[in-house]
Parts: sequence; structure tokens; C-alpha cells
Amino acid sequence: MRDVCVVGVGMSQWGEVWRKSLRQLFVDAALEAINNSGVDRLDSLYVGCMSSGLFVGQEHVGALMADYLGMPGLPALRVESACASGGLAVRQAFIEVACGMSEIIMAAGVEKMTDCSGSDATFALATAADQEYEVFHGATFPGLYAMMAHAHMDEYGTTREMLSAVSVKNHKNGAKNPAAQYPFEVTPEQVAKSVMIADPLRILDCSPITDGAAAVIVTTEEVAKKLGKPYIKVLGSGAATDYMQLAQRDDMTTIKAATLAAGRALKMAGKTIKDVQFAEVHDCFTIAEIVLLESIGLYEPGKAGPATLAGETALDGKFPVNSSGGLKSKGHPVGATGVAQVVEVYKQLTGQAENGRQISGSPKIGMTQNMGGSGASSVVHIMEVA
Amino acid sequence: MTMFSSRNWREYPQRYRLEASKFKKSGKAYLPPRSVDPKTGDTEFETVRLPDTGKIVTYTIIRTAPSQWGDEAPYAVAITELVDGTRLMGQVTDCDVEAVKIGMEVRIEFRRVQSEGHHGVLSYGYKFVPKWY
Repeated sequence: MRDVCVVGVGMSQWGEVWRKSLRQLFVDAALEAINNSGVDRLDSLYVGCMSSGLFVGQEHVGALMADYLGMPGLPALRVESACASGGLAVRQAFIEVACGMSEIIMAAGVEKMTDCSGSDATFALATAADQEYEVFHGATFPGLYAMMAHAHMDEYGTTREMLSAVSVKNHKNGAKNPAAQYPFEVTPEQVAKSVMIADPLRILDCSPITDGAAAVIVTTEEVAKKLGKPYIKVLGSGAATDYMQLAQRDDMTTIKAATLAAGRALKMAGKTIKDVQFAEVHDCFTIAEIVLLESIGLYEPGKAGPATLAGETALDGKFPVNSSGGLKSKGHPVGATGVAQVVEVYKQLTGQAENGRQISGSPKIGMTQNMGGSGASSVVHIMEVA
Repeated sequence: MTMFSSRNWREYPQRYRLEASKFKKSGKAYLPPRSVDPKTGDTEFETVRLPDTGKIVTYTIIRTAPSQWGDEAPYAVAITELVDGTRLMGQVTDCDVEAVKIGMEVRIEFRRVQSEGHHGVLSYGYKFVPKWY
């Protein structure tokens, strides 16, 4: 396998972006990535997108995006794995470069979620769960994570204060991110008193509905060197799936797909979790971040909540998590999230994080963990400074 | 989204009669039925009826509901472990939502689950009710 690098990243505006369409969000992010990398061509394009068909009635987005990027003729493929679509688009680009088939690939992600009613958006998101045996019974996405939260609280004594600490930390980081949808801080009291969505999860435990896109250029080290721009190496890529239904998993207090994906990515990278210095993880709900930090092996089961409360995962903690603000503050355009996680790790590793968001001590190795649905799919990448 | 009655009808054995596939090698039962046991790869199974009592292992109370249940919120959704070890998700009914707890003993009853789609196809299935009720 060839070494694979990321050189040049881009993000569109994120938020309720009424002035921009699905295709324009993509083009904004894609052009920024092309300009930042200095590449003069693409060999292929992967577009992570969960549900453009339900959000805006548009499928066939691989071809549409190649077309509006001004590159009709380019091989292009949409990648779908619910909220892990973006991370898997990056993985497909990684595979295509690693195997020697292509040299310069764009991995992008896009979602336009506010052109439909809130109820239609909720329906579209719920298609990532089992329609006949979860959604049929009235389960919602917050509801599925709420059931994990109750199980985790029952098993390990995880508390409201620990859940709130995740939201407070991620908003604090996001307040320093110019790309964040909700760049403001929240207090533990605000989180604890915010409206209940699905017990025990409140609105400030939940990531928002977001329009947005992100793009990265994936290439060989030879090309990256020639371009003369800052680049990072992708040391390992791992993906995994699990039972779709939460009820059928052996243990509802862990995300096995994340454990498997992280294990595979670390093995490929020749590293252990102890070598990783910071991570972007899929905090679609506050409980998800706690469960994930345990699932990827950073903390023993039941220990991630107390560690978060103690500040260990803060920007100045011993293992910063979601320096970007995470899904909670930065926003969660589902197909774009996994790519935007790579954008953040790229910025951190190349010393380009804005507004005092840079992790101190020049970290050398970072991780992204992206996941679909209630954890039925996950993808992890390990990246290192060049 | 329009719900066709064939899609509903296809699930009758599982939803109405709790028919599950029980695999020979592992003795594990699955609802909905599967053709392959993910634990062993076994494809030999018999159709069994699941027991109708169990205990809640986790739950939530849905306060913000999808449009089909808009006027029913708040309602409780739980995962129940039946006495044979099989786990099912479903709504908890016939009690105050605040009374739902992990460890609560429930039994399964046949109820209307939702009125789905633009044509209002009525969908029936199982719900959990407190055992003491």
C-alpha cells in the first residue's frame, strides 16, 4: 500500500444557510480545498451524503457535484452510511490512493437539512434506525441515545453533571471556531434546565440540524511534497458495523462498531490508543461522547464521564476531545460531519486552528471517529504530522 | 411517506404473534426473524412464539415526537428483556410515563401502535404494560 496524505481542506458556511443550495454548499467547500491544496486536477470524487433524497428530493449527487464543480467527466460516487457517510467517503479516497489506482482524490461531504420541515428532517434522520422495529414503535434518534444514557447511568452511575460537562466543553471549543453553527458558550445550569427531548437528554445534549459541506484532498506523499503546502499523513483507516437494532446488541453501554473501527485503524497505523494525543469524536448527543471515549479504549467503562467532569478532555486537558466544538457546537450536517472531523485534525496537526483553538504542545497524532445511526456503523482514521 | 398495507401485512407474524426464528446451534431467538444467526452463521431454525413477559432493561420518555405520535407525547419507549433472554423495543402503556423504571416487570399486549402515512393505515403490534396492572 502507498502512503496516503491529506493536503488542503475546505468548509462551506455551516448553519441555517438559506442562501445556499445543496450543490452550492458542496462547491464552496470543494473550491476552498482545491485552492488550499494547489492541485490542478482531480482523478475522482467521493461525496458523503446521507439523505439528499429525503431532505431536498435529490439523488445522484456524485454526478451532480462533479458537474457543478466544473468537472463533468470526473468519476464520482456518493457514499452513504447515515451520519458516517463523510468518514466513509474519506476512507474510500484513502483506499483508492493506497491501492495505487489514482493519485489525487477529493473526499467531500454535504447535507442540506433546513429546506424541509422539522418533522420531515426528523423522519429523514430516523431512516438511519430500523424502520420496522425501532421507528415503528415511536423511537426517535434522541430516544435511542437516551436509552443508551439510561443504561449507562444505571450500570456506571453516570450523572446529569457529566452529560452537561460534555456540552459545556464542546460549546467552549466551538465558541473559538469561526465555522461553528453555535459559536457560544453554555453553562452547566443552562444545559440542566434546557427543555427535555427524550429523558434524560435535553435540547442542549443534542447536536443541531445543519446545512453544510466539507472537503479534503487525499493524495500520495509524492504529490503532497511537490505541492509544497502543509500536509498530514493518514496512518490508518478502520471501519466496522454492528447490529442495527439497539435491543439486539449484547451491551447497550458501549459502541462496538467504534471499538472495532478504532482497533483496525490503530493496527494499520502500528499505534496504540496511548500514542494518540487528541480526537474528534461523534458527539451527536452528550452521552455518545462519553460512551465513545470508553469504546475506543481511551477510558475504562464508566470512567469517561468523571474524566470529562475533571477537565481531562478540555482543550487544555491531557487528551483534548472535539477541539472543533464537535457536532454539538460546530453543527451536524450529517453527510459532511465525518469529513469536517478530518478538516479539524488537519488544522490542529498543521498548526492552523483559529482563534486560540490550537492545542498546545504541537500534537503529532490525532484521531477522527465518525458513526452512523445509533452506532451500527463507524469509521476511524489515525493521522500524523508529515 | 405513504405506507402501503403490504408492508404492514408482511410484519403481521412478528408483530401480531411474536413469531421469532430460534436457531438450532445457539438456541437464540430473534425478532424480527433472521435467515442467518449472526452468532454462529447457522441457517437452521424453527419458528417459535416468544414469551410475553419480561423486564425493562432501559427506556426513555419521548417528549418531542414524530408527526405520527404528535398528540400522544409524552410516551415511554423501552427495551424489554423477555424471560427467554430475547430483547424487544416497544412502547410502555397503561401507566404514568414517570412510573417507568429499569427493572420494571412488564407483559406484552396487542395494541394499536400507530396510524401511519397519508392514508392513515392503522398498524397494530405489541406494547408493554406493567405486570401488576
